[in-house]
Amino acid sequence: MHIHKLEKIWLVFGIGMLGVFLLILGISTFSYGLEPPSAHQAVNMENLYDTPPFDELGLNKLNDKEYEAILTAYVFGFNTGDEEFTVPVGSTVHFKATSPDVVHGFEIPGTNANMMVVPGIINHVTYTFDEPGEYLILCNEYCGVGHEIMQTTITVK
Amino acid sequence: MNTVQQSEQAFDKKDSKLVISHIIFAFVALLIGGIAGLLQGLVRSDMIQLPAGIGYYQLLTAHGVLMALIFTTFFIIGFLFSGMSKTLGGKLLPRARTLGWLGFIHMGFGTLVATVMILLNKATVLYTFYAPMQASPFFYFALVFVVVGTWMSAAGMIYQYRYWKKEHKGETTPLTAYMSIITMSLWVIATLGVAVEVIFQLIPWSLGWVEGINIMLSRTLFWYFGHPLVYFWLLPAYICWYVMIPKIIGGKIFSDALARLSFILFLLFSIPVGFHHQLMEPGISPFWKFLQVVLTFLVVIPSLMTAFSLFASFEIYGRSKGAKGLFGWFKYLPWKDIRFFAPFMGMLIFIPAGAGGLINASNQMNAVVHNTLFVTGHFHLTVATSVTLTFFGITYWLIPAMTGRKLTPKMHKLGRMQTWVWVAGMAMMSGAMHIVGLFGSPRRTAYSDYNGHPDAAAWEPYYIIMAVGGTVLFIAVLMMIYNLYKLFTLPKGYEEYPIGEVSDLAEKPPKLFERWGFWVSIVVILILMAYTIPVIDILNNPSGGSKGFVTW
Repeated sequence: MHIHKLEKIWLVFGIGMLGVFLLILGISTFSYGLEPPSAHQAVNMENLYDTPPFDELGLNKLNDKEYEAILTAYVFGFNTGDEEFTVPVGSTVHFKATSPDVVHGFEIPGTNANMMVVPGIINHVTYTFDEPGEYLILCNEYCGVGHEIMQTTITVK
Repeated sequence: MNTVQQSEQAFDKKDSKLVISHIIFAFVALLIGGIAGLLQGLVRSDMIQLPAGIGYYQLLTAHGVLMALIFTTFFIIGFLFSGMSKTLGGKLLPRARTLGWLGFIHMGFGTLVATVMILLNKATVLYTFYAPMQASPFFYFALVFVVVGTWMSAAGMIYQYRYWKKEHKGETTPLTAYMSIITMSLWVIATLGVAVEVIFQLIPWSLGWVEGINIMLSRTLFWYFGHPLVYFWLLPAYICWYVMIPKIIGGKIFSDALARLSFILFLLFSIPVGFHHQLMEPGISPFWKFLQVVLTFLVVIPSLMTAFSLFASFEIYGRSKGAKGLFGWFKYLPWKDIRFFAPFMGMLIFIPAGAGGLINASNQMNAVVHNTLFVTGHFHLTVATSVTLTFFGITYWLIPAMTGRKLTPKMHKLGRMQTWVWVAGMAMMSGAMHIVGLFGSPRRTAYSDYNGHPDAAAWEPYYIIMAVGGTVLFIAVLMMIYNLYKLFTLPKGYEEYPIGEVSDLAEKPPKLFERWGFWVSIVVILILMAYTIPVIDILNNPSGGSKGFVTW
């Protein structure tokens, strides 16, 4: 099949760029650990709040400036335990979430923290908060009539 | 002489009826979906509140279903039938036409039932109907009718094609028909996923026959269908760009064989890629996500081929008219011809639209935009502008060609005005959606100030721009409906059904391109490669199934 010379140049250049692009994506995923949230751990929805780690919702301090935040997204809110999250500036927070009902989203606007919260599976996302402030956490997956009121915050100070 | 007369023959009456019924149904869906869209824009910007009883998410469901599924599918099937009739023998075989009508009736019935269920607030699950939100079983049955209807139409087209092949042994299938068969094959293979989801998961579960549903499996089956769906919208527009536009401008098709190759590549690489819609989800390992990301990006290759070929056609035509300089040929294009102008604006907008798509599918960058208004802005450029403006451009010659009428200069002018209003409205609405999406504003969400959080307050000016843009777009929908009406009142005459001729330099496409067994096998192998292990993994999910929830 005949391909015009200019088209050959165009395609070689385009496909070459594509190769470089995919290589960068691949390297950043597998060598730099920038994997999309893909946790695999199943959890029973029926008695969720009796099952670790969701029997103790809230922040757990793991190390200096490293926290684990256990929460659920439900219709229509985020269950963060007894109080809203508060961490010092520079903290790395590992969010672990699931849902006792329908599919929700977990997003902190202005950051790269974004994941789907699917019932029956635990999902994780990690973010380091270098700037102080009150960060909004919202649901970005339609979950029902009160979807737009689902929110909580994490305060960094 | 003889051939000229033949080509000027009016379109077969019975075929026109089938085609026009599809097109009118599509535009009624566009009008109703447009009303829903207008109201959404006004609610989201806090300009109005819906009168008691109507929910924002109900409107959103109606808008998504009627625009993305019904307007597109009806238009596409009507348009492809017209092309099959035109290029494979001049009229449809009785059996093909009957299958087309059966398809129309099934799809129409399904649409009506689904719309009623949405209006009754029994199916406010959006057009993605994610489990474990559970709609009325009638809604799922309605979807089955729509999909099965499309299969009947696909069977009609394949029947017509096979008959033609038998009668024309050794001849190359006309490009339009070849591309239509690829489009419908893509559709049939893709809808198998959603059919399995609806028939084996959602219906038994919504009827209470089974207790639990495997949520990840239902999402995976949905997106197995959901991404090829966007290529099902796009490929008919590409048929217009590849085959009809060269004829309309008075040029030739740049390369017949490469056009076919690009369609084959779309068939191969649009199905095993659904995970790029599920990048932020648990339960699928990063390796399989990345593999599907790579497969997703392979459609860049046929896209580059398409872009080259289209602009090559334009340049060759311009130079044949004496254009000078690197871009002199640009002036020679028929800007006043609505059959060219509307699809051309669609092509132009496909450049930023495609770039946005690359961002969405990029493994990590997806975290910035996932489920934000950026994504909504993206597909309002792709399907709601590139594809839709091309469909409008097709309508301007298709209706007169079907009804034995002639386009007038005034009609061209009305068309150009409509196109400009659409582009202006979309630039505002989609532009604002892209920007505010990057700031994190979520998609598919009614108005909320998030308890006065400053992040949300900063999004409000963009909502106003979206509402203004949405209102302008609604005006453009009304203009299009008016134009459609005017098309039926044009003076009697002859309007050409533009089928491009292949450039004299181009060679015959290889026979391999029509070995369907071979290509479908490769599609199946790619699908198995991309999906087998992750699906086994999902099936082994020990958390058990989920009961249904009605949260609206």
